[in-house]
Amino acid sequence: MQNDGMVPGEVFVPAIEVAGLCKRFADVTAVDRISFSVRRGELFGFLGPNGAGKTTTINMLTGLARPDAGTIRISGIDCTGNPKAAQHLIGVVPDESNLYPELTGFENLCFCAALYGMSKAERQARARELLDTFDLTQAASRKFGGYSRGMKRKLTIAAGIIHKPEILFLDEPTTGVDVAGARQIRHIIADLHRAGITVFLTTHYIEEAERLCERIAFIVSGRIIRIDTVPELMQPIQEKHTMLLSLSAVQPALCEELSSAFDHLIFEFISDGQISVESLEPIKVGPMVRFLEDRGIEVAEARRVQPSLEDVFVRITGVEAEAMRKEKAGGNA
Amino acid sequence: MKKWIAFWSILIKDIRAYYLKPPNISWGLIFPIAWIGMFLIRSGRGMESVLSLLPGLVAFSILFGTTSMLSVTVTFEKKNRSFERLLLAPIPLELLMLAKTGGAILFGVANAFVPVAIAALLVNLSEVPWCLFFSAVVMIAVASTFLGLFIAVAVREVFEAQTFSNFFRFPMIFLCGLFFPIEKLPVFLRPLSYVLPLTYGVDILHGAVHAGNTMPYALDLSILGAFCAGLFMLSLRNIKRKWIL
Repeated sequence: MQNDGMVPGEVFVPAIEVAGLCKRFADVTAVDRISFSVRRGELFGFLGPNGAGKTTTINMLTGLARPDAGTIRISGIDCTGNPKAAQHLIGVVPDESNLYPELTGFENLCFCAALYGMSKAERQARARELLDTFDLTQAASRKFGGYSRGMKRKLTIAAGIIHKPEILFLDEPTTGVDVAGARQIRHIIADLHRAGITVFLTTHYIEEAERLCERIAFIVSGRIIRIDTVPELMQPIQEKHTMLLSLSAVQPALCEELSSAFDHLIFEFISDGQISVESLEPIKVGPMVRFLEDRGIEVAEARRVQPSLEDVFVRITGVEAEAMRKEKAGGNA
Repeated sequence: MKKWIAFWSILIKDIRAYYLKPPNISWGLIFPIAWIGMFLIRSGRGMESVLSLLPGLVAFSILFGTTSMLSVTVTFEKKNRSFERLLLAPIPLELLMLAKTGGAILFGVANAFVPVAIAALLVNLSEVPWCLFFSAVVMIAVASTFLGLFIAVAVREVFEAQTFSNFFRFPMIFLCGLFFPIEKLPVFLRPLSYVLPLTYGVDILHGAVHAGNTMPYALDLSILGAFCAGLFMLSLRNIKRKWIL
């Protein structure tokens, strides 16, 4: 696993460099003039809802789709017209496990290694090493078709790194995997990143991107809306203070009364018994509690709400968090 | 060297995974045996007819063995997306497709020798020029396989591959001189025979087995070669156009 990083005197070459990339299918623009670059050794997230253009982008970067416009450079190699030029440098884990069901786990890995020209001894040793790393040694001689979904995803990731690629493209790696399996896969991705591989991760799981990625691109309807590090993305929303109050009773007029009494705060009715309070300054709970108790309303709980990347995503992209959650539930079904 | 490791691995994987499976072996054996038996009984001329039937049966066995197997396996791999794994490998598309078709070509050649082995038990084949016969077998296998590839690239579903294969194969049985001479076909059908690659392969086989060829061997081989190159180039173009979207 290589990670050249920055060597003094060496010209910095991004692992992935994309400019003005565009892809249309009939009258639908799947990817619309996107530009970005990924540094060597970076774990870069591509976050967006289903149909946002994530897989189409990966397909163009890896040579499975031809761009209508724009340029692609992988490790400095211009692959726009010749995707084969850099295929030896990349590993790809597609959104669906696509190994051979009739071959065993070990045979699948050996076959994938052979596609990259590894000798028999090399590929067998590497296959055993990866089966061990991914806790699949016990299943090595079982046919891939009989693997569980989580095992299939793990072996597909192992197949993607069998040839020790510089750059790994992971397309929705945890979709459809149970909670424990998804957690294990996230650990594997973090380990690969620590080992120096540049990881390009597409996901529609916001928490996954938040937990793993150094930088994230938000893509919606084929367009990149924003690219930044997680702290930078979170900064505007972290400047705001949010508190959730659980009350014994909430009258519809209560928010208006509170807004009149505390005009520097913004009150919002959430659900039965709950209101949210927002402010650009730290919120003092005491006066609010006294105000409510004077009206016979008991404050059961006052809790500060930590803003999440999901809030940022909703704010920046306008895509409802609920829609993303439904996709997540659908993916895990 | 690395490319050839990939080439051999794809070829061997396909032979193990698809062609050496019991259903295919039984298909390769039972099909020619059944057809030989049927034609021997139907001709009513006993062993005399074996030599005249052999070229047709050889061509028939190759055609059915290669076209359906390749078109089905490639369509199956395309459908379950394992073909993407091959497209992502750093090997030229031409070499990749030669590896994918190599298994079917070898399977077709092996199928061809089932009727030959049976015929050898019934009649004397010592006069057959085996070099010429083998060249024709290989060329028919290559042309039929590339026809299967062309079909595989044209369809999306496995059942479509089967249907489309039959659309080509069954007319070829009657139009390519397998079991009766092209001259006996209605005049308006004869031009059709000459646009089908199997006609030229069968002509060489008829010549090799019982000196019954109607065209020079060099012409037959050249036209077969042109068909092979044309079908392969056309398939590659379609793969680039349809599969690398």
